Amino acid sequence: MAKAFDFPGGIHPPQRKALSTRTPLIQAALPTHVVLPMDQHIGNPAEPCVEIGQRVRTGERVALAQGMISADVHASITGTVTAIEEHPIPHPSQGKRLCVVIERDPNGDDDWCRMPPLDWRHADEDTLLERLRHSGVVGLGGAGFPTQIKARVRELHAIDTLLVNAAECEPYITADDLTLRTYPDDVIEGAQLFARLCGAERILIGIEDNKPEAVEALNESLRRHAEDSVPIELKIIATRYPSGGEKQLIKRLLNREVPSHGLPADVGVLCHNPGTLRAAVRAVRDGEPLISRVVTLTGEALARPGNVEARLGTSMHELLNAAGLKEDELARLVMGGPMMGFALDTTALPLAKTTNCLIAATEHELPAPPKEQPCIRCAACEQVCPASLLPQQLYWFAKAREHDKAELFNLFDCIECGACSYVCPSHIPLVQYYQAAKGEIRERRREAHKAEHARHRFEFRQARLAHEAAEKEAKRQARAQAASRVAARTAQPSRQEPRGEDAATAKEQVKQLRIAQAAAKAALRKAEKALARASEAGEGELDDLEVQVATARENLQATEARLAAAQKDEQQGEPRQ
Amino acid sequence: MSLMHASVEPARLPPSSGQVMAWLLLATLPGIATLAWHFGWGVLTNVLTAAAFGVALEALILKLRGRSPSATLRDNSALVTAVLLGVSLPPGSSWWLILVGMVAAIVIAKQLFGGLGHNPFNPAMVGYALLLVAFPLPMTQWAAPHGLFGPDAMSLPDALQLLAGLDGNQGLDGMSGATPLDAFKHKPETLMASEFWASSPLPEGAMGAWRAVALAWLAGGALLLYKRLISWHIPVAMLGAMAAIATLLYGVDPSHYGSPLFHLLGGAAIFGAFFIATDPVSAATSRKGKLYYGAGVGILVMIIRTTGAYPDAVAFAVLLMNFAVPFIDYYTQPRTYGHRAPTRGIKVKQLDDDLEEPR
Repeated sequence: MAKAFDFPGGIHPPQRKALSTRTPLIQAALPTHVVLPMDQHIGNPAEPCVEIGQRVRTGERVALAQGMISADVHASITGTVTAIEEHPIPHPSQGKRLCVVIERDPNGDDDWCRMPPLDWRHADEDTLLERLRHSGVVGLGGAGFPTQIKARVRELHAIDTLLVNAAECEPYITADDLTLRTYPDDVIEGAQLFARLCGAERILIGIEDNKPEAVEALNESLRRHAEDSVPIELKIIATRYPSGGEKQLIKRLLNREVPSHGLPADVGVLCHNPGTLRAAVRAVRDGEPLISRVVTLTGEALARPGNVEARLGTSMHELLNAAGLKEDELARLVMGGPMMGFALDTTALPLAKTTNCLIAATEHELPAPPKEQPCIRCAACEQVCPASLLPQQLYWFAKAREHDKAELFNLFDCIECGACSYVCPSHIPLVQYYQAAKGEIRERRREAHKAEHARHRFEFRQARLAHEAAEKEAKRQARAQAASRVAARTAQPSRQEPRGEDAATAKEQVKQLRIAQAAAKAALRKAEKALARASEAGEGELDDLEVQVATARENLQATEARLAAAQKDEQQGEPRQ
Repeated sequence: MSLMHASVEPARLPPSSGQVMAWLLLATLPGIATLAWHFGWGVLTNVLTAAAFGVALEALILKLRGRSPSATLRDNSALVTAVLLGVSLPPGSSWWLILVGMVAAIVIAKQLFGGLGHNPFNPAMVGYALLLVAFPLPMTQWAAPHGLFGPDAMSLPDALQLLAGLDGNQGLDGMSGATPLDAFKHKPETLMASEFWASSPLPEGAMGAWRAVALAWLAGGALLLYKRLISWHIPVAMLGAMAAIATLLYGVDPSHYGSPLFHLLGGAAIFGAFFIATDPVSAATSRKGKLYYGAGVGILVMIIRTTGAYPDAVAFAVLLMNFAVPFIDYYTQPRTYGHRAPTRGIKVKQLDDDLEEPR
C-alpha cells in the first residue's frame, strides 16, 4: 500500500465501474465516414492542409498545428475528403467547429501511411521531439493538452519523477483500466520513453485499489521489464474521489504541493495518463500517429456496455448503437465522468481525442438534480473540498459577484472536481457558480489588459512625437547657432556680457539631461528584461511588452537628441567666456 | 458540475436540508420531554403555539414575498426556530408573548433579511432577546418543578388558561419563581454561597430538575454529533471556555462565584452550546473559525453572568458573536492547497486604475 500522505476531503460516490469492465476491450468496426474536428485539444485549432476530393490514407496528416500550443490532426480511415465544414463537436459549449470529413473507400481497405519506426532508446532527443510534434498526440485523460509540449518540459524545469496517473477516480470511467489490462507493456514502455525525455530518475504509477486486474497486469509486465533503465514503482492507493486529480495525486504519493497557479513541473513532477503514454510510444516505435482511442461506453441505457478502441471521428451514434443503445431509456448522455463531465444534447457527434467516456444514463441512474435550496452554510462542502477551500464562502461571493473577495478566497485554486456539489444538502450546483465567476474574472482581466495595452500604445505615440520634436528642435537650434555665429562674427564686440549666465544654465541643462538619459536607459533595460522573461516563459501579452520596449526606446532617443543639442550649445558657449 | 448527488443516491447520506432540520427537531425531543416532565404542560403549550405561529408567519411572509410557501416550508427551518424559541420561554407563557417573539424571530430576523440562509443573527435568539428586554417580568417568572402529574402539578386546562393570557387563577402565582442562575445572581453580597444554598432559595427539586434538563439536551446534542449534523467545534469550544473561566473564578472565590458544574448545568449552557450556537447560518464557517466563535460565546456568557445584569446570557452572547462572524471568517481561512500560508483579512485589490499615479 502507498504511504499515508494525503489530501484533505474527498468523497466516495458509487463506483458503477463494473458495468463496463465485464467484457474485454474490443475493436470497434471501421466507420464508413469520420468527422475530424480541428479543435480536439487545448490551444489553437489546427489548420486543414488537405483539399476536398483529395484521397487520404490512414495516418496521413489532414491538419497542421498552429502556433505553440496546438496539435496536428490525422486521417483515421482511408478514403476521400468530402467536406471541410463546420460541424457540431463534443464540447461544453455545444458549438460548431471546423471539421474535415472523410468518406471511406467502398472497397474498404485500411491502407496505412506510417512514419518510419524509431528506436527511442537510441534515437537522439530532437528526433523524438520532432516525431511527437507530428504525431498529434494529446492528453487522453480528458483535458487534451498537446503532449509534445509536456515532452519539452526539460527546457525550463528539472524533473525527478514521472507520475503515471492511472487513478481513474471518477465513477463509470474504465478506459485507463482496460488500457492497462490490455496493453501494460505499451504503457510501461511509454513511461520509459517519457522518463528519458524529461530526465526523470524514477517512475511512479498511481492506481486506485479498485482495479486489481490492471494492477496484476502491470506487475506481470514490470517483471518482464525488470532490466529497464529507470526504476518503476507501482503505488496502490485507497479509492477516493478525486485522487486522480493531478495535484491531489502528487500530494498523496509524493507529499508535494503544486504551487498555486503553478505546474506539477514546478515541484519536479511530470504527470501522464496511461492512454497518452501508449499513444506516444506507438507514434515513436511504430510510426502510427494518434488516430484511435479507447473509450468507455457505459450506462444502464446500453445493452452491451464496455470499452472499445475506436477511430477518431467515428459517430457516437454508431458506437452507442453497436453497444446496444436503448433509445427510449436514454435520459441523459454524458461525455466524461458524472462528476466533471458534461451532458451532450445529441448522439450525432464525432468521437474526439478527449472523449474518454460516454455514459448513456437512464433517468433512474442519473436523475435530474433536485431543486436548488438556500445555502445554510452547513460546511458539508468544506469537509469534502480536496483543495482546502471554503466553498460555502466562494458560493456567496460568486453569487453576489464579489469577484475580488472570491479571488481573495482563492477561487482560482478550485479544481472543479464537483465534490462540493455532490454533498450539498441544498443541491446547489456550486461548481457552475465558480465556473461563471472565473469566466467573468477572466473576461474582466482581458478587458483591463486591453485598456492597458491601448494606454501603452498611446504612450508610445506620445514618445515618438516627442522624439521627433526633440530632433527637429535640435536641428533648428543647430541652424540658429550657425546663423548666430555668422552674425556674431560680423558684430563681435557688442555681445560679450550675457554669455556667462547662459553658459551656467546650459551646463545645468546638460547635467539634467544626462540624468534623464540614464533614467531612460534604465527604463529601456527594464522593459527589455521583462520582454525577455515573458517570451522565455511563453506567456501571452508579448505585444504589450513590445510596445513598452519601443516606448522606452523612443524616450531614450528623444533624451539623447536633446542632450546632444544641449552639449553643442554648451560647447559653443564655452570658448566665448 | 456534478451530475451525481449524495442526497439522491438511494443508499447514501448526508440528507437534504429539510431532512437535516427534521433530525434537529428529533434531537430536541429528549430536552422537551424532560422539560415538560419537570415543569408541566406549559412547556408543551409553548412549543406547540410557537410552532403554529412560526409556520403561519413564514407562510404569510413567503406569500407576501411572492415565493411558494409549500416548497420553502418543506425545509422545516421555521419549525426549528419556533421550537427553539418555544423551549426557551418560561413554561406557560401567554400567546401574545409567543406571538411577539415569533414575529421578531421569523419576520424580522429571518425573512426581512432574505429568508433561510441570509439571516446574520440567530432568529430564535433575536426573538428571545427582544422579549427579555421588552417584557422582563413574564420572562423571568419560571414555573416551579411540580411535574406533569404530581399533586401540585398544574393541570392542562390551567396551562391552556395561562396560554390564553387569562391569569385569573390566583394560585398560579405561587407556582412560579426564579431560575437557579437568577436566584444566585441576586444573592445578597454578604451572604456566603453555602449559607445561601442552605436557605433553600429555590422551589423544592429545582436544581435537580435543571440538571436533568441540561443532561437531556446533552443527549440530544450527542445525537446531532453522531448524525454529523453539527461538528464538535462550537459546543466544545463554548463549554470549554465556560468551564475554564468558571473554574478560575470558583478557585479564586468559591463563596461568591458559582461552581463550574453549576454554570454548565444550571442554565441554558448545554442547550445553547448544541442547539443555538451551532446554527450554521449565523455561526462562523471554517473549522478554526468555529472554535473562536464557540469560545467567544462561552467567554461572553461568563462575563455577562458574573458582571452583567442578566443571570443567563446565552442569547446575548450568541447575538454578540453573530456580529463578529464576518470578521472571524476573514481571519480563519484554511491554508489552500498550493499556498504557503493562509490568506488573512480583507486585502482587496484596487481595481480602479484612475488611482494610479499620473504620468
